[in-house]
Amino acid sequence: MADAIGKNYQKIISEKQDIIRDEWLKRLKVALEYQKDILTEKELNKNLDGFMTLFLKTIRSEEKDLLSGKEWKELKEHLSQIIQKWASQGFSIRETLSFLLTFERVLFERIREELGKEERENLDEFTGLEELLTELEEFVAEQHVKNREEIIARQQREILELSTPVVTLWKGILAVPLIGTLDSARTQTVMETLLQKIVETGSEIAIIDITGVPAVDTQVAQHIIKTIDAARLMGADCIISGIRPQIAQTMVALGVTFDVVTKATLADAFSIALKRLGFEIKEDRREEK
Amino acid sequence: MEHIPILKMGEYLLVSIQVDMHDQLAITLQNDLAEKIAKTGAKGVLIDISALDIVDSFIGRMLGNIASISKVLGAETVLVGMQPAVAITLVELGLSLKGMHTALNVEKGMQLLSRLTGKDQDYTSRKQ
Amino acid sequence: MEAAIEEKTIKIKESNDVVTVRREAREYAEKLGFNLLEQTKIVTAASEIARNAIVFGGGGIARFTTIEKPDKRGLQISFIDHGPGIEDIEAAMKDGYTTGGGLGLGLGGTKRLMDEFHIRSEPGKGTSVTIVKYL
Repeated sequence: MADAIGKNYQKIISEKQDIIRDEWLKRLKVALEYQKDILTEKELNKNLDGFMTLFLKTIRSEEKDLLSGKEWKELKEHLSQIIQKWASQGFSIRETLSFLLTFERVLFERIREELGKEERENLDEFTGLEELLTELEEFVAEQHVKNREEIIARQQREILELSTPVVTLWKGILAVPLIGTLDSARTQTVMETLLQKIVETGSEIAIIDITGVPAVDTQVAQHIIKTIDAARLMGADCIISGIRPQIAQTMVALGVTFDVVTKATLADAFSIALKRLGFEIKEDRREEK
Repeated sequence: MEHIPILKMGEYLLVSIQVDMHDQLAITLQNDLAEKIAKTGAKGVLIDISALDIVDSFIGRMLGNIASISKVLGAETVLVGMQPAVAITLVELGLSLKGMHTALNVEKGMQLLSRLTGKDQDYTSRKQ
Repeated sequence: MEAAIEEKTIKIKESNDVVTVRREAREYAEKLGFNLLEQTKIVTAASEIARNAIVFGGGGIARFTTIEKPDKRGLQISFIDHGPGIEDIEAAMKDGYTTGGGLGLGLGGTKRLMDEFHIRSEPGKGTSVTIVKYL
């Protein structure tokens, strides 16, 4: 809820809008430690002018509660676009909030200066403005956090995809080098990528290399077993490689077994895979001349 | 009554499931196949499920039954073309169809069948 | 806080109705924007529960509801039958549990396919199962 803004304030703000705007721009640049290669002068001006116009519209609104009018909505929409852009450029919350905080400071200073002595003592109608700005600041903070969270979530998804490459070693042989901790979400991604690749390439053998998996507990093993089972249902066999000695020991201690061929190294697994497909590996013993 | 067609190709029977499987249809297929194997003396059965967008526990069990029944009647069964999403879901459901022969597509399935039924002399066991 | 849109209830009585349930589940899941794998899980789960309701519960209804919460959207499917009910739900949830007819495995496995799984059963009155998947 924000009450209507007194006519005298409205008058000051709209008459002095250019002064307010210029002073605001100056202070905002200081607050942002402004660099024009991140944010062009033109864009910043556009942001400020847009906000100024919509802000004036909002405080002139006929609505009883300023926060229910369509002007308020437009103002918030404009702000949210700015924040989104800034968030994607890596602006901090302090920098993002300074957009409003500098405006608020300049605005109130200007109003105090313009008001007569008597009026200055009677600041009842100031509240509407303050409420409006507080509301906006909360909105900005909230949006900023939300935007950052979205960016983080997207990056996590990207990392997830990046960290599970499926490579073709030979016609009919795929390899998945697993690196890092395996949780359900990641296993799901690995499974999907691997199975999709099996269909695309018509590969009959997939080598799952776990050299880069720090620990194999029952849960991780369970995830790997599910991948093996799903691949088998489709008609492809898996070979597990890269089981380090200490991991082999924990697996035995936990009673975990894989129902497929396991090999110590990716090279061993690859050679088995080639043999299964009917290839023979021979060393070329020609003497060097 | 609705039937899924069973094609005979030499010593093998070929089934391609192209319709949404309801339970009765699955049971009918199981019966039809048993009879056809006995009648033709087929050595192998190939079931193509690449068009199936789900396999639930009932259909999964039916596929397993077909393999077991065929085995008793002297024929090997190969299941081909399971979709990735279907495979993941089945495993998650707890039905891994252990013991069932699988292949990526009809062509690879036929190769596997000929190895399983001893037509291919070079066959070395896939399971080591 | 759950606002239901486009709710739909269908009767399930014969074994063919399992196919209808699958088709509806697929359509809802697709419309809500679930990816292919999630769709497959939902359709499979729905198929399992629908069959249970028909075979053991003598049929009933399946209700499809979309869930709209401020932070998440999803699909909810409820199955209600007025059959004999389940005596020991805990046992029925275990993998490999079966009451004859070779139709075990359904409940525990289905639970793994979904995000939420609620079952209520009263011997002699019937069973209701609600499954939910979020986007």
